[in-house]
Amino acid sequence: MNQLKRLARDPLLLALIIIIFAALGLFVVYPLVKVFATSFQTRAGVWTLENYELFTTRRLYQTALRNSLVVGGTVALISVLLGYILAFVTTRLRTPGRGLLHMVTMLPIISPPFVSAVSILFLFGFNGLVTRHLLQLDDFSIYGFGGVVLSQVFTFTPIAYLSLRGVLQSISPTLEDAALNIGATKLQAFLKVTLPLSLPGVASALLIVFIESLADFGNPLVLAGATFPMLAPQAYLEITGSFNLPRGAALAVILLIPSLTAFAIQRYWISRRQYVTVTGKPSTSTSKLVSEPVKWILYGISVLFGILVAAFYLVILVGAFTRVWGFDYTMTLQHFRYVFDVGFNAVKDTLIVAAIVTPLSGLMGMMIAFLVVRRRFPGRQLLEFTSILNFAVPGTVVGIGYILAFNGPPVILTGTLAILVAAFVFRYMSVGIQNGIAVLRQIDPSIEEAAQNLGADSITTFRKVTLPLIAPAFFSALVYAFVRAMTAISAAIFLVSANWNLMTVQILNQVGSGRLGVAAAFSVLLIVIVVIFMGLLNLLMSRWTRHSGSVRF
Amino acid sequence: MNDLTLRNLRKEFPGHDGTGSVIAVSGANLEVPRGTLVTLLGPSGCGKTTLLRMIAGFEEPTSGQVLFGDRDVTSDPPNRRDTAMVFQSYAIFPHLNVFDNVAFGLKLQRLPAREMRERVERVLDITGLGGYAKRSPSQLSGGQQQRVALARCIVMEPRLLLFDEPLSNLDAKLREQMRVEIRELQQRLGITTVYVTHDQVEAMSISDIVVVMDSGHIRQIGSPEDIYARPTSHFVADFIGKANFIPAEVIDADRIRIGGREIAVQPHDFRPGHPVQVMIRPEAAEVSREEGLFTGTVERAMFLGSVLECVVNVPDVGQLLIDVPNPVAFGSLAVGQEVHVTPVTGLPAVVERPEARA
Repeated sequence: MNQLKRLARDPLLLALIIIIFAALGLFVVYPLVKVFATSFQTRAGVWTLENYELFTTRRLYQTALRNSLVVGGTVALISVLLGYILAFVTTRLRTPGRGLLHMVTMLPIISPPFVSAVSILFLFGFNGLVTRHLLQLDDFSIYGFGGVVLSQVFTFTPIAYLSLRGVLQSISPTLEDAALNIGATKLQAFLKVTLPLSLPGVASALLIVFIESLADFGNPLVLAGATFPMLAPQAYLEITGSFNLPRGAALAVILLIPSLTAFAIQRYWISRRQYVTVTGKPSTSTSKLVSEPVKWILYGISVLFGILVAAFYLVILVGAFTRVWGFDYTMTLQHFRYVFDVGFNAVKDTLIVAAIVTPLSGLMGMMIAFLVVRRRFPGRQLLEFTSILNFAVPGTVVGIGYILAFNGPPVILTGTLAILVAAFVFRYMSVGIQNGIAVLRQIDPSIEEAAQNLGADSITTFRKVTLPLIAPAFFSALVYAFVRAMTAISAAIFLVSANWNLMTVQILNQVGSGRLGVAAAFSVLLIVIVVIFMGLLNLLMSRWTRHSGSVRF
Repeated sequence: MNDLTLRNLRKEFPGHDGTGSVIAVSGANLEVPRGTLVTLLGPSGCGKTTLLRMIAGFEEPTSGQVLFGDRDVTSDPPNRRDTAMVFQSYAIFPHLNVFDNVAFGLKLQRLPAREMRERVERVLDITGLGGYAKRSPSQLSGGQQQRVALARCIVMEPRLLLFDEPLSNLDAKLREQMRVEIRELQQRLGITTVYVTHDQVEAMSISDIVVVMDSGHIRQIGSPEDIYARPTSHFVADFIGKANFIPAEVIDADRIRIGGREIAVQPHDFRPGHPVQVMIRPEAAEVSREEGLFTGTVERAMFLGSVLECVVNVPDVGQLLIDVPNPVAFGSLAVGQEVHVTPVTGLPAVVERPEARA
């Protein structure tokens, strides 16, 4: 109660907290509740368990669940293995071209997650360059387990790589030296020192990739095919194909459970067991654990992966300019003409959405991080939990939740810009919040107290002192939100309408119609936009944080 | 009128595992006249910083009042109180240069630019930072950062200037120099100041009034000399400086007995029969080769340069730690040597014996 009284004397702060709680309640909790509720109803609204019973009766659903889990596990294992090798090579071994390798590996992160599916179709599809023309295979089908795994490994290895990079950098090589000094062989040193220390990070990466794979919608939709059902596309089909909202909702719930579990394990169990060595500084000195031949093998694997990534993107680029892939390889601009003509609405809409979502997401992320770390008020833990919750929820579930929640009273938003903006903002600010919290915890709270002491209220303190100091976290939150807004598909596909369309949805549509060229052209344009924006933002950030002089108020 | 008044100020924190609560400050009462420098002195955990933060508004009292003059500011948030605080870590804004740091508070008041610049530059001069206006904090030494923190506060011309252990991050020599500067500045400007430290030498050297705290309670309020020479409790006597505590018998309000001899003491109100101790400062006891009130044996004599620190065993009295001044002239003492001891010159203080407390 004391806390409330104090809050009451900072009315702006109090209002802010109430608004944020209300927004989270409406846009995070309410849709999830609707999903759960609808899954227990019939189409007529009667309470029932029949949707879940289907899992015990219909083979389709059981297969879909099994497939999704198996794919998730497989992709996680392969991605983490590859990611570990890549991380090891770029952080611990002295090899040429590490910088380039790093950048190429990161490419998939800034493109729509299913771009790899499109490339795979170009290369291994029915008219694929490799399958049809090079290998002359007539009935090889990439669809199914193989195609999905391949595309997801391609898409998610960079994520594993990023995560493992941080892990490896925090393990001091002096520990390996100490092991060697005592008499261990290189293999023993690796198995008994490096590997155990990186194990929590490895487990963490495994879970993250598993979650991402489960939630992945675009790749399975393109490459799974009719004989390989998977959960995310199946939920989508139930709703858009059969208009069976309760069944779709039930599938969404089944999709949600492993995701949330993995998230909980990752957050509450593994992160408690992180082993960070005392120095805390990132170490990138060379590992002595690897003999020359092994080193070059690892390097070879990494380079191969890099080449694969480059090849995938090259194929997209070429495909965008090719008249009819597989038949007519003449260069043409017709696909791009289509994009800028008929498809320009989608481009415009996507940019508008991204332009609104990015600053909103960044600012809300920083504000919530500030409130969670620096202010005491009833419900603070709940606020933190709810705002991060959406991060663990698969996009498909969010999409379904939003159409269930906002298709009727009390709040009707379907078909509007608002529903897209809301879905994106509340999903992507989670990363901003977590980054903001991490950065804020490192800033001496006395600095903000000093500002208050000199007369600044909470909002002024946040604006003039906190925000400049957490600028790096703020900028990375902006970049993340923009990239995600541009490349989102899983939730977006439920929320687009005649008035508001997105490039990613267009790409999928074009793939569905067999117009791979146009799909490629859209993809190229999208990637170019993202790269330009990231470049601009980086420029801005280095200029803004380089100042050592005064800051104009 | 007092610039600062604290009435029955109390602060409780909820216990860590939900069990009960921690009483950080209990029933603090204090009156601070204008222009005085008051120091809150005590060991770690005594509540002095919590008390300071309640004055600044960063902690909300569980009960009690804080008054500036005759205005009750207890429920005012920190940004609305007329206080300026120098933090232990200085809390300089890293993204602003020296000038903008110092001008921060004035800019919030929307002062006209010219007046603001004049005030800032004047304060920079006073604090020895002239010419540093454009520097960034990362280019400043610890001492310079401290001055910036100080300048930032002084330029606000606050009613109350608050210091939270400002010198603890400085090396010894700088600490001595800075405490003199702070005191001189404070006296020149006449700002009422509340200063928190655990260093008793610092407290005594710069304060007009010292408030000794222990476990959330204020034990004694007085001038440095009062605290040193006339402590009212065992805790204060023991915390400040070095002291010998000799169990004694009360004769009356002015006299006690130790080792069979009567000694005149500071007036006290212990009854005869009440267990007391007499506090004897090492520099107040005299050692002589010729005569004295008691006779004792030297157990230890260490030449420290300006004093000869001796431990003398006096039968029926106890072990006395005695500082003999000017040891070069006095000469050395051998262990086991018999000397005469006059336990105290002047009137010593009488305090309760610790076992007498619950």
